[in-house]
Amino acid sequence: MSPSGDLAVQQRNLIITSTVLMLLIIVPVIVLTLLFAWHFRASNKKATYDPDWDHSTILELLIWAAPLLIIIALGAITWVSTHKLDPYRPLERVAAHRPMPAGARPLQVNVVALDWKWLFIYPEQGIATVNELAAPVDRPIQFKITASSVMNSFFIPALAGQIYAMPGMETQLQAVINAPGEFQGFSANYSGHGFSGMHFLFHGVSEEGFAQWVQKAKAGGGDLSREAYVKLAQPSENDPVTYYATVEPGLYRAILTKCVDPESPSCMTRMDLSPHETSDSGVMLQPASTRGMAAMADHPHSD
Amino acid sequence: MSEISTTLPGSGPAKPLAFYDTAEHHPVNGTLLGFWVYLMSDCLVFACLFAAYGVLGREYAGGPTAQEVLELPAVAVNTTLLLLSSITYGFAVLAMQRNRQNPMLVWLVITGLLGAGFITLELREFAHLISIGAGPQRSAFLSSFFTLVGTHGLHVTCGLIWLVVLITQVLRKGLITANKRRLLCLSMFWHFLDVVWVGVFSFVYLMGVLP
Amino acid sequence: MLAQTDLAKLIFGRLTLDSLPLHEPIVVYTFVAVAIGGIALLGAITYFRLWGYLWREWFTSIDHKKIGIMYMILGFVMLLRGFSDAIMMRAQQAISFGDSHGYLPPEHYDQIFTAHGVIMIFFVAMPMVTGLMNFVMPLQIGARDVAFPFLNNFSFWMTVAGAMLVMASLFIGEFARTGWLAYPPLSDIVSSPDAGVDYYIWALQIAGVGTLLSGINLLVTIVKMRAPGMTMMKMPVFTWTALCTNVLIVAAFPVLTAVLALLALDRYAGTNFFTTELGGNAMMYVNLIWIWGHPEVYILILPAFGIFSEVTATFSRKPLFGYASMVYATVVITVLSYLVWLHHFFTMGSGASVNSFFGITTMIISIPTGAKIFNWLFTMYRGRVEFQLPMMWTVAFMVTFVIGGMTGVLLAVPPADFSLHNSLFLIAHFHNVIIGGVLFGLFAGITYWFPKAFGFRLDPFWGKCSFWLWVVGFYFAFMPLYVLGLMGVTRRLSHFDDPSLQIWFQIAAFGALLIALGIACNIIQFVVSFRNRDKLRDTTGDPWDGRTLEWSTSSPPPKYNFAFTPLVHDHDAWWMMKKHHYQRPIGGFVPIHMPLNTGAGIIMGGLSFVFGFAMIWYMWLLAAVSFIALLAVAIGHTFNYHRDYYLSSEEVTRTEASRTELLASHV
Repeated sequence: MSPSGDLAVQQRNLIITSTVLMLLIIVPVIVLTLLFAWHFRASNKKATYDPDWDHSTILELLIWAAPLLIIIALGAITWVSTHKLDPYRPLERVAAHRPMPAGARPLQVNVVALDWKWLFIYPEQGIATVNELAAPVDRPIQFKITASSVMNSFFIPALAGQIYAMPGMETQLQAVINAPGEFQGFSANYSGHGFSGMHFLFHGVSEEGFAQWVQKAKAGGGDLSREAYVKLAQPSENDPVTYYATVEPGLYRAILTKCVDPESPSCMTRMDLSPHETSDSGVMLQPASTRGMAAMADHPHSD
Repeated sequence: MSEISTTLPGSGPAKPLAFYDTAEHHPVNGTLLGFWVYLMSDCLVFACLFAAYGVLGREYAGGPTAQEVLELPAVAVNTTLLLLSSITYGFAVLAMQRNRQNPMLVWLVITGLLGAGFITLELREFAHLISIGAGPQRSAFLSSFFTLVGTHGLHVTCGLIWLVVLITQVLRKGLITANKRRLLCLSMFWHFLDVVWVGVFSFVYLMGVLP
Repeated sequence: MLAQTDLAKLIFGRLTLDSLPLHEPIVVYTFVAVAIGGIALLGAITYFRLWGYLWREWFTSIDHKKIGIMYMILGFVMLLRGFSDAIMMRAQQAISFGDSHGYLPPEHYDQIFTAHGVIMIFFVAMPMVTGLMNFVMPLQIGARDVAFPFLNNFSFWMTVAGAMLVMASLFIGEFARTGWLAYPPLSDIVSSPDAGVDYYIWALQIAGVGTLLSGINLLVTIVKMRAPGMTMMKMPVFTWTALCTNVLIVAAFPVLTAVLALLALDRYAGTNFFTTELGGNAMMYVNLIWIWGHPEVYILILPAFGIFSEVTATFSRKPLFGYASMVYATVVITVLSYLVWLHHFFTMGSGASVNSFFGITTMIISIPTGAKIFNWLFTMYRGRVEFQLPMMWTVAFMVTFVIGGMTGVLLAVPPADFSLHNSLFLIAHFHNVIIGGVLFGLFAGITYWFPKAFGFRLDPFWGKCSFWLWVVGFYFAFMPLYVLGLMGVTRRLSHFDDPSLQIWFQIAAFGALLIALGIACNIIQFVVSFRNRDKLRDTTGDPWDGRTLEWSTSSPPPKYNFAFTPLVHDHDAWWMMKKHHYQRPIGGFVPIHMPLNTGAGIIMGGLSFVFGFAMIWYMWLLAAVSFIALLAVAIGHTFNYHRDYYLSSEEVTRTEASRTELLASHV
């Protein structure tokens, strides 16, 4: 409830608005319940007793209409805000009353949920980190998110809402941080033994601070090659912050398509990966390998 | 007498209101309705399997595709056997309603043979697919194919076992009311499986093979 | 250590001495306690020579009243287990901060929260709701039993078999560590290779068969067996909610059966429905399981709504306000409950339009629900409200449930859900509606119908102690969770780093303690009521001056419920009969057609348990043998045509005469 990112701010405001709207009905109901219970208690002989009164059309109309009106209002708010705050939608503003400057390019961050730590790959800067994230203040960030083994949920409450991280699929989150600071990030979907330790710090910094942070990674970090990644993906808990100065090109793509080991039977090679862009509930990828079907080796890939 | 007279204040002459029925009350038998409701729940299970096939039916995982593994001619024979078996079961029910036990049993046996033929052909299809590496573990498409078609086949098999049991029971007790009710339940079950097969045939085989 | 010879593997599958959790002291102590208690109980039954009585009068009974009572007992026993899990979780979360990691390592804690959810939903709430519907509904519609009495008995024992599998997981092997819905890929054979998820699958599949058959049974009962004159719009509201609940059961449980079967195929046969490779799609599991999951929670709440309708009308001494409106609201809720499932995973990335649609449908459900609350309110208005325990539970429900409903509508706004999904806010919301709605309803119903079932009322003093401890305890336990959720704390954590959160968890633990005392008062209440049963005796059969037909029978009712089938003219049939100075018939009784007891249900339940256990531990030989035996018993049972008998008119006359005597002596 103390958001520092524009999306999180809008979500908090939405929660407050919705709550107030509903309290308009809830508070009178609770008051009336206690009032009626007290006033019409059997020992209170002064209260009117009308044992045959069990129907009133006007009252019924009111009873159905009042909640209906509130829900219509809430429904309209829901439709508008859900579209505006869609995690896939490119940001239109940096903060309230501050529209997005023309030509602003979002910072790209690729996120991989591992067992039980977070890997962040910065494709434009060519670095990667484990369990630490940084971004410049007021610059939009575009997260592309996947997982290595089981479902997780990428969540930095102060920044924006959460979104699931799923193996073999990519989700996206657009967000912007409006104030410098250190913010908690973690997984919001239980994923096994090391789940409780799966948190990281997100640093909102100035542009200079960000450049320095990137330099720190480049100076002290190792190389995130495929072999290094495979080792990293082994189950481990409460991992310390680690930096990688270089990242093997195409590594994120390989992780997403499960082709880190190109010979693996689960390697897939389709381009389109976001779960909501197709008509069915998920976009599936097809493996390149055709092992095990010796008789069919020369058939073309179906697509 | 079960009637009591009572006068409510100001309601005029007394109106007798009966609050209980002294005759023996036999509620209407609910077995057929109950079985129908069960069939609808079974229909939902199939609906889920169809949905799974709908989602996963093109996930070939680089393995065999629908066009490659589904053979329409064999399935046409299968379908004919099953549809015929529904007709023969219908004849059995007609004989039952006329209380002609022996013709009914004959039609039931024919139904059973046709059903057994259906299952045999289906098992052969499955065995062949597994032998060429197109078993249910190969891809999501094959998993959903085998499960949907296999679940249907499992139901038919249960129907066949039930048929044998019922034939035995009719031989022992004759066409008493309880047995007739059971025959009608099996009839509903059998025709239901036929309808599901039409769905499988259309959605899986025809749509899978056509481009 | 068993030698893993081929023979040993054939017989014992993957069950070895290592499967016994001898290294977990908490489990070992629990086992010792349960073993001692169990031996004491079995010993007592043997000493008092009660086995024959139990077998004849209870285990093989096809009487809906006895089956209903057995369901309630099962539910209450499992409540003790499910609540122990809750207390352990609250304790762990109250102390596991910074350097302290509490007393439960993750491998144990993760089983506990999974078991807590599974037990509470499947083996406490469902059996209790089913038990009440079973006991009350046939009496309310003037029937002698349900449509399929044997199936009723069988359904009960299948539920018991499922519950026993979950209990077995405590001492042999482990339970699932996946959360109560076991999402893949975490629940697939790669990430969860041990027996835990298999226990989960088989317990739910076996119990699910019981539930589905029970749904069919009660549905046909209501449709076909109502007393003459009782048209649909003259049925008691509890029967209406029972009807809608059973429609939901029949329409939802097959989906659970299918999706668990697909998960089982993935785990046992290597198929690829939900795997992360070869084309599987874990999102489909999430969709299917919630297509079942959302109607499931309405299955739990609708009977509670029905109970509140009966209780409010009876204790306000007024007919229920807006009967037709209540019926329509129930039906609308039933239908709408199928159109909202995606609100459980707004964060899976389905896109704004899809998310909005489901968010709006979820909000629409609050309209008929709100209508019901107002109708209860106006039933009290200008009534003469007596604050017996059932009514106290009702008022507590009305205040508590609307708060829970409000937070639910809040969660239904997708962008709000993006921050609150899977947080402690969500936990607080659903406990708010389940405890405030379902559990308070069950307590109201139990207190209300207990005298009908057993012939004496429950002790009011201990009931009130339990009431206040539960209600106050609930608020202490869950209001802090709302705060924590708004602060961003997620669920299922066994360790925290931020010490400023600890005070909230400690308050919540205090609330859990109050609830524990409330449960203790429940137990004391049962014991005290039994000991004082003569003072609390219900001689008239109508201790609350009720309005519906069940109150026209004796307490407890005779086996045949009604000597003559009632004829119904309006709602509140019994109220009308009383207004017309109804005279009970005292002669002219005819023989009554009754179903015979049978042992087939408990035997098949037992075989199902063995089959499930064998499948879990890969004991293929035992699985095959038990499955064949199950089929043999089922088929063999169908060869038994001798399922009923006639109760002689002399016996009916005798039973009715002793009631006449009782009524006369009481005056």
